Amino acid sequence: MAELSPNLKLLQPPKELRRSPVVENYRGLGALTDKLAAFTEGKIPKWWLLMFLPSAFCAAVVLPTMLIYQISTGVGVWGNRYPVMWGWDIVNFIWWIGIAHAGTLISAMLFLTRQHWRTTIGRAAEAMTVFSVMMAGLYPGIHVGRAWFDWFMFPVPTYNGLWPQFRSPLMWDVFAVNTYLVVSTLFWYMGMIPDLAALRDRATSRPKKFLYGLFAMGWTGSAWQWHNYEKAYVVLAGLATLLVFTVSSIVGLDFCTSMLAGWHATIFPLYFVIGAVFCGFGMVLVLLIPLRKLCSLEEIITQRHIDRVCKLTLVSGLIIAYIYLMEYFIAWYSGDTYERWVFSHRLFGKTYWYGGWIMIVVNVLMTQLLWFKRVRHNLWLVFFIGLFINIGMWFERFVIVVGSLYQDFLPSAWRVYSPTWVDIGTFVGTLGVFFTMYLLFIKFLPMIPLSEVKAVMPDADPHRKPAKTAAAKGAKS
Amino acid sequence: MTPYGIIAEFDSAAALMDAARRVRDEGYRRWDVFTPFPIHGMEKVMGYKNSLVGWFALAFGGGAFLSVVGLIWFCNAFDYPLIVGGKPMFSPPMTFVPAYIMLIMGGAIGALVGMFATNQLPRWHHPLLKYERFSLATRDKFFLVIGANDPKFSQAETRKLLETLGGANIEIVEAD
Repeated sequence: MAELSPNLKLLQPPKELRRSPVVENYRGLGALTDKLAAFTEGKIPKWWLLMFLPSAFCAAVVLPTMLIYQISTGVGVWGNRYPVMWGWDIVNFIWWIGIAHAGTLISAMLFLTRQHWRTTIGRAAEAMTVFSVMMAGLYPGIHVGRAWFDWFMFPVPTYNGLWPQFRSPLMWDVFAVNTYLVVSTLFWYMGMIPDLAALRDRATSRPKKFLYGLFAMGWTGSAWQWHNYEKAYVVLAGLATLLVFTVSSIVGLDFCTSMLAGWHATIFPLYFVIGAVFCGFGMVLVLLIPLRKLCSLEEIITQRHIDRVCKLTLVSGLIIAYIYLMEYFIAWYSGDTYERWVFSHRLFGKTYWYGGWIMIVVNVLMTQLLWFKRVRHNLWLVFFIGLFINIGMWFERFVIVVGSLYQDFLPSAWRVYSPTWVDIGTFVGTLGVFFTMYLLFIKFLPMIPLSEVKAVMPDADPHRKPAKTAAAKGAKS
Repeated sequence: MTPYGIIAEFDSAAALMDAARRVRDEGYRRWDVFTPFPIHGMEKVMGYKNSLVGWFALAFGGGAFLSVVGLIWFCNAFDYPLIVGGKPMFSPPMTFVPAYIMLIMGGAIGALVGMFATNQLPRWHHPLLKYERFSLATRDKFFLVIGANDPKFSQAETRKLLETLGGANIEIVEAD
């Protein structure tokens, strides 16, 4: 390549076009490491305990109680009654699996597209994925009623010689959810190995050094290790990206292969993927905005990063709006009486009309607020928008599942569905487990990827020559 | 006590890169660099070829894909033929979704296994981990180690080379 002429001066772009740094107030790699590890190494703060104790109560008392009662008594303790055999259990299953998708999108897809800003929030989002897939995976296991027969879902050789029916999307779901759990856990863990090594090297007490060292697997950070590690990371990111599109598509297939009006639509796989990502971004906002404040990470997870998550939320929200429109259009255009009935009852029915309106008001109209910079910079508002998106998307699944089931083809069978205290308790229990695991994660594991953030700092560029500047000499000590 | 090698410390990725080039040009073969994050271009200086991890992922993923196709044939067409909607007992497209999902699972496991295998991890001990300043390798320092098993290794000359390259805290690390 020809050398640049020495007379040629590269002009700096105007201020508004310049990229702001990934991390604000950058003071060198050492200080950055201290900052990123500070929360994990510090004392347990009060707010953490205040959040942890109720979550742990829900996880350790409420959920086991509900599960024991439901498994020992039967699915009848839920509100599921014919014809609504899919109630809160399936709604919550889709809701949890949906939340997972945004985490994978941030950690894998934005990695492949080399979005540097994703380094700061990737790990926290990936943890959200792992924990919410766990919660999602719980539901089908107990929804089958006789949980002790869950192994029927797997191709295990048995004395009765029966095998699963591999043509069923419900069977594909088993594969998809398990794969999602395994792959996102591996991706999450592998990303943490160099950071666990960093915590091992910083640890002051022997038990800490031993435990972090155990999970760091003897990482030294040699060029050869990084060489293979980066390859493995990009392969895992590529595979995880496939899962973003696969898992919710298969959940969508569970619905659209049935003949029920309101479910039987080819748009469902795409619909579920985008809905999942949209809902997940809402959860990312709900988790990250308090996290950066409470752990004093405002310089790391900057306003700019929140801004970008908001923009991604807006994009997925716009696609959702388009899909809602298409759903109503196709229902009308099909000319099918049953389809038209279901869709008109989503908005103007006697029972669940509010669900249909929540979908439109929250998921479509409220999301449009994110067009405005002043809204995106008001973090309280963004937090509540994220929260409402989660609620709105929960109602979307409720409308799809229960709203299509409760008035089936035989009017004498119609029945209004309402959840029981066990439904509610189980959901609260899963929320408790999720937040318990999340709080443990932020306290004891590297929630911000140290090595990845450092690798996108200006110092990481091997062509930069800071050694000659006075500042670098001063920092040599 | 036999030496493991000589370690030198650098302050920046750029300084380490320059030093690594010089060490390579001097003809050393058994040497390595230790950094808090991957330094791009270092694999070229070190002369690494494409990592084998991708092949591990392909082998595990492809193996999983084919095994699931075989499993479905065995379960639904051979061992207990299952009639579903009058369709053929076995056809390749019907196996696609589970097989594809398991390809992803296999590929992911293969990538992790490959990363561990090629890096010879897990490894509970490393001579360098005993060297106190080495804990800075995951923080903000960049280390270059020339192994004692290098044919060109000599305690005096190698140390001199590292000194001229601007390395700080040059020390001999003992092997176990």
